[in-house]
Amino acid sequence: MIVRIMGEGQWRLADDKLDALNAVDGDLEKAVSAGDEAAFQTAFAALLEFVRSGDKLPDTELHDSDAILPPSDSSLAEMRELISGDGLIAG
Amino acid sequence: MSIFKRMSTIFKAKANSALDKAEDPRETLDYSYQKQLELLQKVRRGVADVATSRKRVELQASQLQSQSAKLQEQAQKALSMGREDLAREALTRKSGLQGQIDDLQTQHAQLQGEEEKLTLASQRLQAKVESFRTRKETIKATYTAAEAQTRINEAFSGISEEMSDVGLAVQRAEDKTQQMQARAGAIDELLASGALDDASGTNKDNITLELERMSSGSDVESELAAMKAQLAGGGAPKEISGETPGAAAPQSAQQPVQQPAAEPVRPQDGDVR
Repeated sequence: MIVRIMGEGQWRLADDKLDALNAVDGDLEKAVSAGDEAAFQTAFAALLEFVRSGDKLPDTELHDSDAILPPSDSSLAEMRELISGDGLIAG
Repeated sequence: MSIFKRMSTIFKAKANSALDKAEDPRETLDYSYQKQLELLQKVRRGVADVATSRKRVELQASQLQSQSAKLQEQAQKALSMGREDLAREALTRKSGLQGQIDDLQTQHAQLQGEEEKLTLASQRLQAKVESFRTRKETIKATYTAAEAQTRINEAFSGISEEMSDVGLAVQRAEDKTQQMQARAGAIDELLASGALDDASGTNKDNITLELERMSSGSDVESELAAMKAQLAGGGAPKEISGETPGAAAPQSAQQPVQQPAAEPVRPQDGDVR
């Protein structure tokens, strides 16, 4: 699967990594719904690290992503806005 | 639902709605390419804007640094003249400036970070746009409209994602830069109003004036003492006394207005700085 981290690029994650990814994503989900900023930062950083451990796609590759993550410096509030509606992408 | 999935869903919905507008898909290739080039220009402008802000912050920081250094000198001078109160005042002002210098340094680091991010974004987009162009030409040359559709969809989805990404990066950088420009503007106003100048700039502040006054006072005193010593010693007073008053004693009451007032004051100013 291909994952984009906004502002950084795209990575390809092997299929056997998906379970691990879901676990990290689950932690993030919990932190977001609990509104816990510190836990969010930790979980989000872990998720990004996990994605970055995959194979970086070359810049010349034109491929859409299976998942897209917001920029690494996003706050909990930004993340919430993003997943709550159409906050992220204008036009 | 997973954070992951939710975000991707939003993203794809947007990308598809853009695609649905296409009538003859091949015609939209050039249009899209045009949009990509525009975005590329926009990112490059963004990099330049952030760089300008960064330089402005650098300039302000160095202005404040030199004022801070000047206050430090003043404090040392005041202390060496036994005026702890003046030294304290100078150091107090200096510590006030330090807060602003620290703030500027933080801003500088942030702007530098944005500049790097945008530069990388611009490089990535450029590589993608170049790939798109190649693919666009292939599609136009090789495929019929029906066959082209799938190819175009693939190419579009790859590039539109990148474009959204870069578009957001530019927007974020602009927001951050604007916030900082507002603060930088406030510091510029402060510098222009003389509120900071007062501490060491062109308008002499009270610390400088006090130091100058003490300094010229002590020059006069030492000249007087030297003259008295010579008179008491008796030897060849006239040659020497012909030189000394011009150099340093014009403010003494005994030496009325023989020379223009402005001239003899200068060397003392020099002494103080």
